[in-house]
Parts: sequence; C-alpha cells; structure tokens
Amino acid sequence: MQVSSSLRESLITGGKTVGDVSEDICRQVEGKPTKLWWMAFGVSLVLLGFGVYTMSMTLWNGIGMWGLNKTVGWAWDITNFVWWVGIGHAGTLISAILLLFRQKWRMSINRAAEAMTIFAVICAATFPLIHMGRLWLGFYWALPLPNAFGSLWVNFNSPLLWDVFAISTYFTVSLVFWYIGLIPDFAVIRDRAVRMGNKTRATIYNALSFGWQGGAKTWMRYESVALILAGLSTPLVLSVHTIVSMDFATSVVPGWHTTIFPPYFVAGAIFSGFAMVLTLLLITRKVFKLEDYITIYHVELMNIIIIVTGSIVGIAYITEFFIAWYGQVPAEQYAFINRMFGPYWWAYWCMMTCNVISPQLFWFKKIRTSLVSTFVLSIVVNIGMWFERFVIIVSSLHRDYLPSSWSMFYPTMYDVGEYVLTFGFFFAAFLLFAKFFPVINMAEVKSIIKSSSEKKH
Amino acid sequence: MESNKNFVLGVFDDEDVLLHAVEKVRGKGVKIHEVYSPFPVHGLDEALGYKKTRLPIAAFIFGMTGTSLALIMQIWMLGYDWPMIIGGKNFASLPPFIPVTFELTVLLSALGMVATFMIVSDMKPYKWPQQFDLRSTDDKHIMAIDLSTNKLAKADIGAILKDSGAQEVNDKNF
Repeated sequence: MQVSSSLRESLITGGKTVGDVSEDICRQVEGKPTKLWWMAFGVSLVLLGFGVYTMSMTLWNGIGMWGLNKTVGWAWDITNFVWWVGIGHAGTLISAILLLFRQKWRMSINRAAEAMTIFAVICAATFPLIHMGRLWLGFYWALPLPNAFGSLWVNFNSPLLWDVFAISTYFTVSLVFWYIGLIPDFAVIRDRAVRMGNKTRATIYNALSFGWQGGAKTWMRYESVALILAGLSTPLVLSVHTIVSMDFATSVVPGWHTTIFPPYFVAGAIFSGFAMVLTLLLITRKVFKLEDYITIYHVELMNIIIIVTGSIVGIAYITEFFIAWYGQVPAEQYAFINRMFGPYWWAYWCMMTCNVISPQLFWFKKIRTSLVSTFVLSIVVNIGMWFERFVIIVSSLHRDYLPSSWSMFYPTMYDVGEYVLTFGFFFAAFLLFAKFFPVINMAEVKSIIKSSSEKKH
Repeated sequence: MESNKNFVLGVFDDEDVLLHAVEKVRGKGVKIHEVYSPFPVHGLDEALGYKKTRLPIAAFIFGMTGTSLALIMQIWMLGYDWPMIIGGKNFASLPPFIPVTFELTVLLSALGMVATFMIVSDMKPYKWPQQFDLRSTDDKHIMAIDLSTNKLAKADIGAILKDSGAQEVNDKNF
C-alpha cells in the first residue's frame, strides 16, 4: 500500500478521520454565511457597481474615455489583462503539473486555486473585449465565422488571434477540469442533505453532481480522465502565457522584441499566480478554520515555488539588459536605459524591489513559515508583477522614434474604474464559491488520510 | 429502475481491509455488483477484475480530430478561400498555424473525453443514483452483492462478508 516517509511532515494535521473531512468542509456550505462574509460581499458588490458604471461609460462614449494617446495606445487595459492572465496560471499549474509530479500537497489547495484561475481568466478577458469598443461584435470579429465580406476570415498569422484561441481554450479546459473535481464532492453534500432531510439542497446538489454514485468502475474512469486532463493542461498552461508574450515579442517595438519573453512570462505568471493563491488561501483558512488542511507546510512549499519563479524572473530582467548591451542595437539600448532612468524610473525600481528582492527574503525559514510575512510578501509580489507589465508596455511605447511624438500616459478615472471592476467581480465570485462550493477537494484529501496499514507502523 | 432487486451490503471503513475482502469474496465465487467508495481506492479495479478503461483512446481520437479540423480550416481559409499577403509570407505557411492547431487539439480532446466519460458512466443531472447507503460518499466503502446473480443464500453471503472484515452486513431492496 502507500508508503509514507517518516521524514516528511504529515500533510493533514489534527488526527483527522475520513468522516471529519466531510464534516469540516461541508459545514460552511450547509451553514448560514457569517457577518464577515456579508460585509466582504457587500464591499465587492460596491466595487463591481463602480466598475460597471465606468465600463458602461466607456462603451457608450468610446475608448477616448481612457488616458490613451497616439503614442501610448496600450496601457492599463493590456497591463491588467496580462496581470490577470498571469494570476490565472497557478490553479491549473497546481492541479495539473503537480498531479503529474505526484505532489500530494496540492490536494488541499487545488480546488480554491482552480476557482481563482477561472475567475482571473474571466477578469482578464474583459479588457481586450472592452478595448474592442463594440463589445457585442467581439465574437464576430475574433472568431472565424462566415460573414458578408466574402467571407473575409480572421488572420491566423496574428498573435492576437492566437490569444483568442489560447485564452478561450484555457478557460474551457480549466473549467471542465475544476468541475470534474467538484462532482464527487457535490455528491457528498447531496447525501448529507438527504440525511438532514433538506430536499431542495439535495436536488440541487444532485443535479450539480450529475447523479454521482462513486462505484469502483466510475472511479477508475474518473482517475483516467483526471490524469489525461492533467496531461493536456500541462502544455496548455505553458502555451497560454507563451502566446500572450508573443503579442509583444513578435512586434518590432524596442523593449518588446525579445526572444526570451515566452519562458520569462510563464515564470512570471506562475510567480504572481502563487502569490495570489497565498493571499486568498491565508484568508480562507482563517475564516473557515481550515488550519489542519492548509498547514504551514503547504504555505512553505508555495513560498519555495515563489523563490524559484521569482529568481527566474530576476534572471530574465538581467538577461534582457545584457542582451540589449551585447546586441548593440541603439534603439534597444535606449529603451532599456530609458526604462531604468527615464520618466518611468519609479515604476521600474518598484518592479525590481517587489519582484527580485522581496521574494529572496523567503530563503529565511522564519520568513517563509510565518503567516504574516507570507501574506504581506504575497501582496508585494503582485504589486510588483503589475508594475512589470506596466513597465514593459508603457515605458517601451512612450518614447516613440520621433521625439516630437514623445508623451506620457496618465490614467483617467475610467482606466482605474475598469481595474476596480475586475477586483469587484473577482472577490464577489470567490466569496460565492467559498460559500456554496466545497473549498477543499474532499475526495482527494480523504485518499491521503492514513489507512490502517500505515497506522500500525 | 429494476424492480424488486435484493442486495446484501458489506460496510467497510478501511481500504486495506476492503481490498482483501474483495479478493476473498470473489475467491469464494460470489459475484460483486459494485463497490462504492468516497474516494478512489488504488487497486480496487484490478481486484474486481475490471478491464482497463479505453477513455485514453477516445481522448486521442478527439485530439486528432481537433488537429485535423484546425489545420484544414486555416489552410483552406487563408490558403484558398481568401488568400492574403501578410508580411510577405506564403499564403498557407505552417508555423503561424501551430498555436491555433495546438489549442484546438487540446480543446476537442478534453471536451470529447469528458463527454464520453459522462455518457459511458451514465451521468445525468436529473438522474438520482441507486443509493445503497448514504455513507458511501462520506466515510464508508459499500460492497453491494446482487442476490439474483448469486446462487448462495443471503445468510451465507453475509457470513462471508463478516468473515472478511465487514463492519456491518445490511440488506437493501429496490
């Protein structure tokens, strides 16, 4: 049977039994939401409301509501888009790549991380859609649909179109993967509802669980499906940010035209995704009293991934500079000097401090096992990653080839408002998820509760 | 649903005991209807003598369908239906078509496999399962034995179950 190393810490603490897992996780689904939940939900709805107002104004009046100008044609919207897509990388990475590597510690965190991924990808997708101006025509313009112009098809040579396919496939496959994981857990809630005599809840959760029964044959197929989905999602998750980075890398703008963008963006995506998972999970574990399931050991392992990816990002920044000098292309050299010492120096140094220096603090065991410092640093990392995208996008654009075209970018209330919109949506969606869905994958966690053969040792 | 079916249920709470029990019960020539567990038990499918699932083959076929559809679509649209000069490249050049081809391969493979899984496992949102024991999604493994497919009497099967480590032996009629 399963052999567990005595050197490794136990993944689930508190001597939980299989029955305790159902009890602990289902409790928050079955109970009434707390005051704190309502307060957080209210705040999210206020943010969402403000965002919907600014978005409507933008759609009504046009993109001129934003602070864009002729020189800086891409700014906050694409920064936010890339930032949210990056955050959306942790969930599928945790559930797919860590499943292939048989990392059992993923089991306590994959459900919430995948939910976060799905909401983050929705947030990301809103920006290019709004930027199209006429949102309702977006699908018509972006998908290869027959039209009255001949048909004039979409351009399959364009990285922007690859993005459409990459993001929509990533969203769909992540959603399916997440839902497949939820099915057995919905059945747990259904059967508890039957025992409690709550017919409405039983019917709803039975529909959600597709009449799951948990026979050995179904479990065998289920495991095969999960493994193949993981195998498919692994290259998928790496392809998404690769393709996002090609939006920039295939252009001829100095500062964007860089061959290291794909791996550099993927590392950055995992880096910021794990940071966001930590921010959310540290709150979730406290509010729902899940300290025995999401332990300090889980936090420490995630922090180690943050050190690794943060260091890759740091090396990528240095490599870019080295190549700009070594390549001897004056435009490229100017772009990088301007990035460091030009008008946007503050954004650059903010990015360097938050992304390169701050994660190095996790080398100290005291810091990476402390909840307070992890929470603070996880937010710092995401601030840094937002600035990374801002620096790449705006600092490369604002000095055009003609000095008469040089300009600066100043965001308007509508730029800010649409960023707030995504925060409102993200937190509202996560709160609804945490209330109505089991936040921890019960079936997987139950399978690592030690069985009798291990207890005897 | 089948009417008047009588089942004997063995209730287990430990997967190791369950695995040995499955071997023992099958060794005595008793046919097991199915074992219901709250989580996947490794080795249970082999102990029950199930053939390996062919879902990976389905995933592969759906994936290849995605690959071919994507390539045919792009080559036909940009190469034949409306050729356009983009960056001075060939009308239908393969490298820029790879990202979309890859994405559609993954998309069709994933969706097709999951749909196949749902169909072969008979999973529908409006279907209520035959619930032998509500604890089978909580913390108990339930071994269900259909009396109509077994020659042994109910009492004998019960004794075999008890003997192989079942905590409880119950019966259930549908």
